[in-house]
Amino acid sequence: MKTAEKQRIQQQFQEKMDYDELLNCMRCGFCLPSCPTYIESGKDEAHSPRGRIALMKAVVDGDIEPDEEVKRSLDMCLGCRACEPVCPSGVNYGHLLEQARDIIYQNQQPSLPVKALRKAAFKGLFPHHNRMIALTGMLGFYQRSGLQTIARKSGVMKMLPESMQLMETVLPSVPTSKLMKNRPRHLQPAATTKKKVAFFSGCLMDTVFLPTNDATAKLLQYAGCEIVIPETQACCGALHGHSGEKQQAKALAKRNIEAFEDTEVDYIITNAGGCGAFLVDYGHLLKDEEGWQTRAEKFASKIKDISSVLIELEFHKQNLVLENEVITYQDSCHLKNVQKTFMEPRQLLESIEGAAYVEMKDAGRCCGSAGIYNLVESEMSMQILDYKMKQTKAANAKTVVTANPGCLLQMKLGIEKEGLTKQIRAVHIVDLLLEAYENSNKQ
Amino acid sequence: MLTKEIKQQLTAIVGPENFADSKASQLVYSFDATPQFQAMPDAIVSPRNKVEVAEVVKCCSQHRIPLVPRGSGTNLSAGTTPQQGGIVLLFKHLDQIVEIDEENLTITTQPGVNTLELIEAVEAKGLFYPPDPSSMKISQIGGNINENSGGLRGLKYGVTRDYVMGLEIVLPNGEIIRTGGKLAKDVAGYDLTRLFVGSEGTLGIITEATLKLIPMPETKKTVLALYEDIDAAARTVSKIIASRIIPTTLEFLDQPTIKVVEEFSNIGLPTHVKAMLLIEQDGSTQTVEKDIEDISEICRENEAIEISVAKTEADAEALRTARRSALSALARLKPTTILEDATVPRSEIAKMVKAINQIARKYDVEICTFGHAGDGNLHPTCLTDARNKPEMERVEQAFEEIFQTAVDLGGTITGEHGVGAMKAPYLHLKLGEAGISAMQGVKQAFDPYNIMNPGKMFAKSSRKRVVVSP
Ligand SMILES: Cc1cc2nc3c(=O)[nH]c(=O)nc-3n(C[C@H](O)[C@H](O)[C@H](O)COP(=O)(O)OP(=O)(O)OC[C@H]3O[C@@H](n4cnc5c(N)ncnc54)[C@H](O)[C@@H]3O)c2cc1C
Ligand code: SF4
Ligand code: SF4
Repeated sequence: MKTAEKQRIQQQFQEKMDYDELLNCMRCGFCLPSCPTYIESGKDEAHSPRGRIALMKAVVDGDIEPDEEVKRSLDMCLGCRACEPVCPSGVNYGHLLEQARDIIYQNQQPSLPVKALRKAAFKGLFPHHNRMIALTGMLGFYQRSGLQTIARKSGVMKMLPESMQLMETVLPSVPTSKLMKNRPRHLQPAATTKKKVAFFSGCLMDTVFLPTNDATAKLLQYAGCEIVIPETQACCGALHGHSGEKQQAKALAKRNIEAFEDTEVDYIITNAGGCGAFLVDYGHLLKDEEGWQTRAEKFASKIKDISSVLIELEFHKQNLVLENEVITYQDSCHLKNVQKTFMEPRQLLESIEGAAYVEMKDAGRCCGSAGIYNLVESEMSMQILDYKMKQTKAANAKTVVTANPGCLLQMKLGIEKEGLTKQIRAVHIVDLLLEAYENSNKQ
Repeated sequence: MLTKEIKQQLTAIVGPENFADSKASQLVYSFDATPQFQAMPDAIVSPRNKVEVAEVVKCCSQHRIPLVPRGSGTNLSAGTTPQQGGIVLLFKHLDQIVEIDEENLTITTQPGVNTLELIEAVEAKGLFYPPDPSSMKISQIGGNINENSGGLRGLKYGVTRDYVMGLEIVLPNGEIIRTGGKLAKDVAGYDLTRLFVGSEGTLGIITEATLKLIPMPETKKTVLALYEDIDAAARTVSKIIASRIIPTTLEFLDQPTIKVVEEFSNIGLPTHVKAMLLIEQDGSTQTVEKDIEDISEICRENEAIEISVAKTEADAEALRTARRSALSALARLKPTTILEDATVPRSEIAKMVKAINQIARKYDVEICTFGHAGDGNLHPTCLTDARNKPEMERVEQAFEEIFQTAVDLGGTITGEHGVGAMKAPYLHLKLGEAGISAMQGVKQAFDPYNIMNPGKMFAKSSRKRVVVSP
């Protein structure tokens, strides 16, 4: 890093970082045992929440420069926010991390390939639903045309980091462009209307994981929801916000608020923990944008995860049946740590007849997916995943249930990596619930 | 600064991956849980075994480099801040339980083992290791031994010291010695084991410890007593002890503390009362029933407005967890939280609580009090803002008066957090000059070059300083 760059970053740290929040950390260390990177780095304080906060504060105080090591420490953070619920001082680490990353990325020369990847993905892809469709379409072509087989055989894949190689094998077969373009906009409940909800479809969920979105809609219908799906909605902006592209994130947030503002619904439903947590935080994201905070907070107050609304509508009391199998649940970090939704998915799973729910050890610990972390910090991500797979195997489960697309892919990746594709499957909770519901109705 | 040559020597001993001296790594090891204290080390070294520890110590001794052993850095007395630079020594590779001996009821462990993990390991075998500092989820056994930590169960079961039977120590000259052992009785020479417990890393480095275990008590019950009047609660504490009942736990929380703890833990603590006592008794079912009845009676006689017994172990654990979070939860209220641990004989607890409140008013500072009331160990905690200089001066004066009051009541300046750099300027209040020189003599005998955790325990000057950064 150049001196001028460091000085710029330091100055902006002094101007923009929330110093009261930094001081709020009393360095008690209560967060250490919950931090996956602290544990996996062999207890290195530089990779702990307490250490990261101290580094941010030291940059503001002028005690150290924001050098490569400082950046490294922040890059290694999963952003899983497991450090927050355990912090008795109530430090909002997520906000601090976002502020710090934003400053660093804004001031960095785009030299690294990582930066290029980010830029391509964040500016060119996620904000544009049609481009997502096009890309996903290409992926579909790649999978269906035989190119995939050629690529795998040629050894080209071997040149990518392990996580990327594996990712390529576990991506689901994607839907055709036609399917992705013709989405329903308004759906009626199966029986009487209990709630009117809007559905936040999410960019990844509405392309690569389209069937899961369809399943979500069906569950909501069975549970008694009238559903609206505003067409003008956009990507939630989480990947941008977590990777220091705050302006982009803000623009997306405004688009979403506008898209949902006139829907007059009880809730806005998400089925991706990562998106939900970011949507809930729009009030904070837009706090400095004139005229937006109240609108943002109103929007945020309506966000609800699918599990949570299903429990409220007593879907767990419906007949849900699976054939004898052991299932386990891997928390979505943001669903658990930010939206505080962790009882509901378990309650739903426990209500399935024929399935034995087993809690895996440290189910609440991050799987290492964390946005694009598994691609840019492959080594640490794989180390964290190895631990997760160890616990999955110990739980003896046939089905690992997740609540976020990133986690789902990561768990699939772990299964592939362990060579267990025949023994274990990873599913999104809504797909499993739909399977269980339809099973029972078939009988 | 370490010379290139010394760096090479150290790296050769521990391997390059166990030596760090980047600015960022220096910074993250420059502080512990003590507010307002920070000092940069020159390097961080993580030896892989005791032989490497000894090698590192020899190297430091030869070049007169300060050596600061560090557990999890949760101490509250600036015990691990490298006041004079040098090397921070980590025990991340010495993190194994060596043996649980079910015949002799002992556990032998390396210092880097986490306290809670150790407790769980022995409980899995139906045995009991009582010292349970509130930080046990994070702290290491090596840190506990060196601070002689106490915990919620200290009233009945004592503190860490009461469980340390033997130690393996690397002395400041690099020699490795063993003290004590799995022996119920041992009078061969001076009791070095006891000397090293609570020595705050100033005499040597502990590389292994043998700890005493006891059988798991049959059952346990938890009572919560609420008060409209702080004095009544404090009086209850003295009365329970005077009635010859020794509960496992007897914790005191005042209203401001209850409020923040409830806000953090959300378990339905009543926030309208002025004080509350958390009382636990364990033992045989019969004794526990009787004691809990007697204790409830004493609470009632002393104006408790409500007394309730926890219905399930989960409820009881929620109460204990809430109590353990008291300190950090208080930190929510103000930017700077300064916690003290003045301790008095338990008969004096009511007087001490009263005095603390008067002193807080006199200096116009906000002090919340909670603590292990049963063993006379209170934690008056000051909520302030280090940026407010005039207030900080008043805080300092208030604490000095609190220390003096504790000593006047036959107490001490610190019950369990240690002296470190923070309380070194006050040590004379408790020991007097002659006491301090006796201790300095001991230090000199073990560590003639003053390389072990220098700047701790003994103040250079008598300049008082609770809170001002070095
Ligand atoms: C929220 C909170 C609650 C707390 N509650 C309690 C409580 O209830 N009771 C209590 O007594 N304390 C309590 N403490 C204080 C602290 O947690 C204890 O002193 C604990 O024992 C420190 O352990 P550690 O591993 O963090 O040691 P550190 O803080 O890293 O070190 C403590 C001392 O031990 C020395 N040391 C560490 N390892 C070795 C070794 N192997 N050889 C030689 N010297 C060594 C260090 O040099 C230092 O002087 C609390 C602290 C916090 C933040
Ligand atoms: S738990 Fe909270 S206050 Fe304690 S060190 Fe971690 S972030 Fe800081
Ligand atoms: S967000 Fe996750 S990885 Fe980052 S510091 Fe917190 S617990 Fe650790």
